[in-house]
Amino acid sequence: MRLSDTQWLIDGRGTGSGGLSGVFRRLNLDAPLLGGLLLICGFGLFVLYSAVSEDIDLWLQQVVRLGVAVVVMLVVAQFPPDLMRRWTPWAFLFGLGLLSLVLILGEVGQGAQRWLDVGIRFQPSEIMKLAVPMMAAWYLHDRQLPPTAGQLLIIAILIAVPSYMIAVQPDLGTSLLIAASGVIVIVLAGMSIRLMLSLLVLSVPGALVLWQFMQDYQRQRVMTLLNPDSDPLGAGYNIIQSKIAIGSGGLFGKGWTNGSQAQLEFLPERNTDFIFAVMGEELGLLGVLSLLVLYVFVVGRGLYIATQAPDSFSRLLAGSISLTFFVYVFVNIAMVTGLVPVVGIPLPLVSFGGTSMVTLMAGFGILMSIHSHRKLLPH
Amino acid sequence: MNRGAETKEQTAQRFVARSVFVLVFFVLIAASLLARAVHLQVLNKDFLNRQADTRHLRTEKITAHRGSITDRNGEPLAISTPVDSVWINPGELATAVDRVGQLAKVLQLDPEALKRKITRSMDKEFVYLKRHLGPDQAHRVMALKLPGVNVQREYRRYYPSGEVTGHLVGFTNIDDRGQEGLELEFNHWLSGESGAKRVLKDRLGRSVEDVESIRPSRPGQDLRTSIDLRLQYLAYRTLKAAIQRFKADSGSIVMLDVRTGEVLAMVNQPTYNPNDRAQYSAERYRNRAITDIFEPGSSIKPLVVAAALESGDYQPDSMVDTTPGYVIVGPKKIKDSHNLGRISLTTILARSSNVGMTRVAMSLEPEQLWTTMSRFGLGSLTASGFPGESAGLLTHHSHWRPVSQATLSYGYGVSVTPLQLAQAYAVLGSDGIIRPVSLVALDQVSEGERILQPETARAVRRMLEEAVRPGGTGTKASVAGYRIAGKTGTAWKSAVGGYSEDKYFSIFAGLAPASDPRLVAVVVIDEPKGDLYYGSDVAAPVFADVMSESLRLLAVPPDALPANDPLDQMQAMSQ
Repeated sequence: MRLSDTQWLIDGRGTGSGGLSGVFRRLNLDAPLLGGLLLICGFGLFVLYSAVSEDIDLWLQQVVRLGVAVVVMLVVAQFPPDLMRRWTPWAFLFGLGLLSLVLILGEVGQGAQRWLDVGIRFQPSEIMKLAVPMMAAWYLHDRQLPPTAGQLLIIAILIAVPSYMIAVQPDLGTSLLIAASGVIVIVLAGMSIRLMLSLLVLSVPGALVLWQFMQDYQRQRVMTLLNPDSDPLGAGYNIIQSKIAIGSGGLFGKGWTNGSQAQLEFLPERNTDFIFAVMGEELGLLGVLSLLVLYVFVVGRGLYIATQAPDSFSRLLAGSISLTFFVYVFVNIAMVTGLVPVVGIPLPLVSFGGTSMVTLMAGFGILMSIHSHRKLLPH
Repeated sequence: MNRGAETKEQTAQRFVARSVFVLVFFVLIAASLLARAVHLQVLNKDFLNRQADTRHLRTEKITAHRGSITDRNGEPLAISTPVDSVWINPGELATAVDRVGQLAKVLQLDPEALKRKITRSMDKEFVYLKRHLGPDQAHRVMALKLPGVNVQREYRRYYPSGEVTGHLVGFTNIDDRGQEGLELEFNHWLSGESGAKRVLKDRLGRSVEDVESIRPSRPGQDLRTSIDLRLQYLAYRTLKAAIQRFKADSGSIVMLDVRTGEVLAMVNQPTYNPNDRAQYSAERYRNRAITDIFEPGSSIKPLVVAAALESGDYQPDSMVDTTPGYVIVGPKKIKDSHNLGRISLTTILARSSNVGMTRVAMSLEPEQLWTTMSRFGLGSLTASGFPGESAGLLTHHSHWRPVSQATLSYGYGVSVTPLQLAQAYAVLGSDGIIRPVSLVALDQVSEGERILQPETARAVRRMLEEAVRPGGTGTKASVAGYRIAGKTGTAWKSAVGGYSEDKYFSIFAGLAPASDPRLVAVVVIDEPKGDLYYGSDVAAPVFADVMSESLRLLAVPPDALPANDPLDQMQAMSQ
């Protein structure tokens, strides 16, 4: 089967012109991506209704947030990639400035200094989730690829500075994810496999350095991961309860709103970071599989958009946004199933909470824009 | 590394290659997540399912409701009300140590002491914090939603009549088990059987939902006692006043229904309130009417007279010479207060002549005297079944020396409980039939056992009426409108090496109405300390007070209306 045979399937443009596809076209939207996202959101709301114990007020809050996030996506989709590219350095500097402000006078919440209060409270690290990969793509867009060692060093600094500022807030999880989004840009830009492997080897001493930087609670999380049963009532509690929830769901689950682990409050953070466990318990392997398929579809569509992008800035950015999204998914699910240490990463588009969802949707807005502007520019 | 210049086309192709590489990489990661899900949800499903069940499925005890105790008319004497007990799992509660203060406030405990208690019992999983709270307070405790704090449904016992029935009903401990009195005796009957159910519990240990019933609880059965609370209260009030007036150490009143053997009232002083026991000493818990024995003194004489009549050698008017006012038996000189001369058996009883009684008793066969005493129930437990009951003391006739036979006749060297004495007098009231005493209301009256000829019992009753009439010792026991048959007793208390010269039991035992006895009552006052100590002065008036009110309350028809009674005159006029 040739790619072109299935083009319509992933391209979203019907064989005919006008009609619905015309509307999508005019709004700079990509129908398959939008469909995939809305399916995830709908599925997420379905699970969330159970996870908030059928509290309709909380649930409606999330619906409103979702609506806001979709609007943000629609707005972002209207900006052409060229414009975004020109704004990139300013956005990056703006983000760095806010991060400095946080370190100087940010509000302390839950033992960490992450919030800035400017009318509405928000975390400047959210801006960096997009600004860092944009900056990396911006730096590489008009250079010969693959990048030289010197260029790599400069990009490394561009990534490291905001990551470090976020890591000392301290918010190690977000910091690592932001660094990952930058590194993905480098990998996509064509860094040699050999260099990647040597970096992988170097990561072992790097991990030891990281260990030195970790807070006590983070070290404990790593230790807990290695042996959750060592402290079943303390640090290992979350992972154990979550594994039990998912496992006891079996193939078809215990039924929506019927998960005993979730509904009897054994499961911690069940409407935010651990919502995947609620789904695993109540909807079973079938639910897990459905959600994974949706996520993989969205990521795959994102990568396809990247390959169709007109210039390397768009291409690198689109690739980074798609893959970072998948990193979020992976880290959350791996954490909840006990594969990686507990880091406070919500399940994208499903967990209760607003800020991260708006950032994600803005990212997908960028993808939409890149997709819809590909034919308008000459190759 | 390929550092050569690339065309845009090459760059794009390289990007596609990279993307495919990266995509494959991420698909592998996705597959690993899926594999993990399969690992948990398929391979480890059963294990993790059991783990889930052990976390929220619990078998919980369903406490059975303890049966209530009522008087014969259904008035409550002991009832159970649902209460809640708060218990904690210290380890779990310690995770919310900053909120312990709120808990202390609701429970009205000292926060510091509570924290110490939690720290001290960290190795335990179940510690009662406060028991028997009202539902309202328990509700406020649970509203705090503290981890490791739980509430357990229990029943608390209340005794509405308090000290009035304290000795008889007894009490339960905090675990709802009978400890004294009827609560102990009928514990099994009252207790019921706790059941079990499987419940869903949430993380804080609160029961969320009943899943299934494993075994239903069987509530305890109610106990209807033979007590008539009105008579009980009357006896309580009268005895308490008498104890205070005569500055006595202690005392008891027992009242039986002659026709059935049921105990209608049984009170003692000093007593206690079973609802608030902390302040009393264990010595107050004794139901003296059943557990304590005393030498009956002259109150035994009617029983000895009955034995004399049964022997056939004596009639109520048989004459006995009591001159010169004393008699010497073995080492002992037995005296009357003064020389009564030659008197009838009736007079011996009415004037309570020790010399006359000695003469009569010495003339009887020891075996016959013992058998009669024994049949009256002396020396053996009654049928009450009450915990701690005493059997009294009646030495077997084969061990008797002459002097024992003599002292027995006026009530020394033999011991009874007030209940035993009442039971024996009831035989005189029921024309010679002994019925087992009962603390439980009877549906069917026992046939009983005949131990005296009817004529004997009636004759003794008539003689006892003389003892209460002017010229007898028990005049202060008389009740207007009713014929009373009764006997006083004043017994020296035994002391080390003999008898005390100034410590007495003051006793009265009697029946009413004498023509067709319904009630028998025994009054025992221990160590009256005023000028008055004779049974005729101390116990007899108490008897009269209790008996007159009781007869009125039970609407017993009078059998001794005075001749000038207006009712009689009306009846006479109408004829």
